[in-house]
Amino acid sequence: MKPLRLRNLTPQVALIPTWAIVIFAYIGTIVWTIRISFTNSGILPRYDFVGWKQYDRLFHSQRWSISVENLAIFGVLFIVGCLVLGFLLAVFLDQRIKGESWFRTIFLYPYAMSFIVTGLVWAWIMNPTLGIQRAVENWGWTSFTFNWLSRGDRAIYLLVIAGVWQAAGLVMAILLAGLRGVDEDIWKAARVDGIPAWRVYLSIVIPMLSSMFVTAIVLLAIAVVKLYDLVVAMTGGGPGISTEVPAKFVIDYLFNRQNIALATAAASVMFVAVLVVLGPWLYSQYFRKGRGAQ
Amino acid sequence: MKSLAGRRVAGIAGIVLAAAAAGPASAAKKAEVIHWWTSGGEHAAVMQFEKAFDAQGGKWVDAAVAGGGGDAARTDGINRIIGGNPPTAMQFNTGKQFDELVSNGLLRNLDPLAAKYGWKKVINPVVLSAVTRNGHMYAVPVNIHSNTWLWYSNEALKKAGVEPPKTWDDLFTDMDALKKQGLIPLAQSGDAWTQVLTFFNVLVGEGGKDLYLKVIKDRDVAAVKSPEFLKVAETFGKLRNYVDNGMQGRQWNQAIALVINNKAGFNFMGDWAKGEITHDGKVPGKDVGCIAGLGHHVYWIGGDVFVFPKVKSKAEQSAQDLLAKVMLEPKVQVAFNDKKGSVPVRTDVSTAGMDACAQQGIALLQKGDYVPSSDILISPDVTGSITDLVASFFTDKSQTPQQFADKFASIIGG
Repeated sequence: MKPLRLRNLTPQVALIPTWAIVIFAYIGTIVWTIRISFTNSGILPRYDFVGWKQYDRLFHSQRWSISVENLAIFGVLFIVGCLVLGFLLAVFLDQRIKGESWFRTIFLYPYAMSFIVTGLVWAWIMNPTLGIQRAVENWGWTSFTFNWLSRGDRAIYLLVIAGVWQAAGLVMAILLAGLRGVDEDIWKAARVDGIPAWRVYLSIVIPMLSSMFVTAIVLLAIAVVKLYDLVVAMTGGGPGISTEVPAKFVIDYLFNRQNIALATAAASVMFVAVLVVLGPWLYSQYFRKGRGAQ
Repeated sequence: MKSLAGRRVAGIAGIVLAAAAAGPASAAKKAEVIHWWTSGGEHAAVMQFEKAFDAQGGKWVDAAVAGGGGDAARTDGINRIIGGNPPTAMQFNTGKQFDELVSNGLLRNLDPLAAKYGWKKVINPVVLSAVTRNGHMYAVPVNIHSNTWLWYSNEALKKAGVEPPKTWDDLFTDMDALKKQGLIPLAQSGDAWTQVLTFFNVLVGEGGKDLYLKVIKDRDVAAVKSPEFLKVAETFGKLRNYVDNGMQGRQWNQAIALVINNKAGFNFMGDWAKGEITHDGKVPGKDVGCIAGLGHHVYWIGGDVFVFPKVKSKAEQSAQDLLAKVMLEPKVQVAFNDKKGSVPVRTDVSTAGMDACAQQGIALLQKGDYVPSSDILISPDVTGSITDLVASFFTDKSQTPQQFADKFASIIGG
């Protein structure tokens, strides 16, 4: 018994620095952020207490509600788009086609680019006076219009397109690794039973890849919550405030508008929302199942 | 969560910068100056300060931070001041941006210097009051910029067969004619701050000085609900019909470039646009015409100031003393403002050598037809709310002027 306990103690001691960082740097800053959100702070923190005032203002702010709505639209379409496109690309590559590594590189290549570069490139492609619209007009179809970038009700979908273009390759890489891990015997058995390939993918392979899907979804979800740079580079939140997102709200109020109380209130709301949505789900996916499998 | 990470990164960046700046001590009066003047014309202007400061025994250490109309520079500087490692001097816009640094006792009171050099007698009173808190001077103003300018291409107007406008009705007639010629009537940038600038042009030019002061200075809700303000909202809304499809994603300098290259008729922009005009070898007031505050002809007083954070070492304090003195020397003022496209803050220097547009502005200043900039009158927080409202109104034609006025009233009243 004793040696076992000692063996347990050593890693615990080794983990003390990590725990210190977690407690002070992560939990400490979270607590501080939440504390500041209940104050009247401007550019500098002030430790008074004004109750829910900042939250009241936050939830009455049109910009915040537009930001949240945009995040929902972007989040759903971006994750679904990446999963569908990434899976189809992975299946395509899994057919043992010629030049596979070549295709793989091309599909994964956008992910090597930052959201800033992605945003700028797509902003130029979608710009009505420079990009697609201009090109088609020059080909002779002069009545052609594609001005979503300057339309407040459509610009958010362009962000989705740019985001999917960037991140679908990552999903492809993850799922391709999963597909390669599928036992050849399963395919043989299915062929013997005369089951069509699409049916095997849908009913057998996808359920087998569920942990891969979870990994992909978690990675994509993180990208959604911290969505900021793509918006800044591509639309700057415009036209008007139609493509604003919560992270940009926080940054703008933190520095430019010198209201860290409102910024921290927004950050706290984001934090709680992430906790509420992802917490139980992550728990059930990783911890419960993981323990059970051991 | 993003915010926490962002703040940490900014903090670390501040520490690294500070460490780099500490370096070996030198005999010269070393001054590290944070500013955001990084474009060609701006750099030429700030060089005038650097040269004059170095000539008088100082050593200028440039800490320019580009981007975001000064957001990045201010973030960096404020971080360092709060973190206890302040720069020798730091730029702000004339106005309320450094209010909280003053109220937290982080900036030097410049009264002794002001008394020594007699600044309070020679600095423009609006600018002086903008750097004064509780009767004490806390910043050195270096220039006067006006946001309320309408620039026009003489060649484009000639092509459309119209004269430069005298009233807002004229402007719309001209823009209709330009439209018929296939030219862009109004070159506008997609950046929200430029749309706010256009709005203030309408508020000051169409609404007039009194309405502007009632709305922005007194925050009088009744004035926002008046028919005069509704007229301003209608005029501003009408401008939405004269911008082109390429507005989104266009920067301010690309917008003025359209006017310079005669592809567009008009552009609303501050007088820093002159830097772009002269850079292209054109003459402001001749090739590209200028109108200060179309309609009521009101000059808008904004600009830049430098603050001097409290520092411990005597050597650094004397560097601050020298820098502040140099920045307000008459000769340096003229040299700097000439390159910057702005007007000197000293009322006792000769402005005869400045261009035709600057002369228009100086004439208005002397007549007393001016208003303090919105940065002087309202906090960055309120400016931010107005920015959101103006940008969303300007880019969405389904919003009516009445809705705009109502929402504006709730910002001003709240």
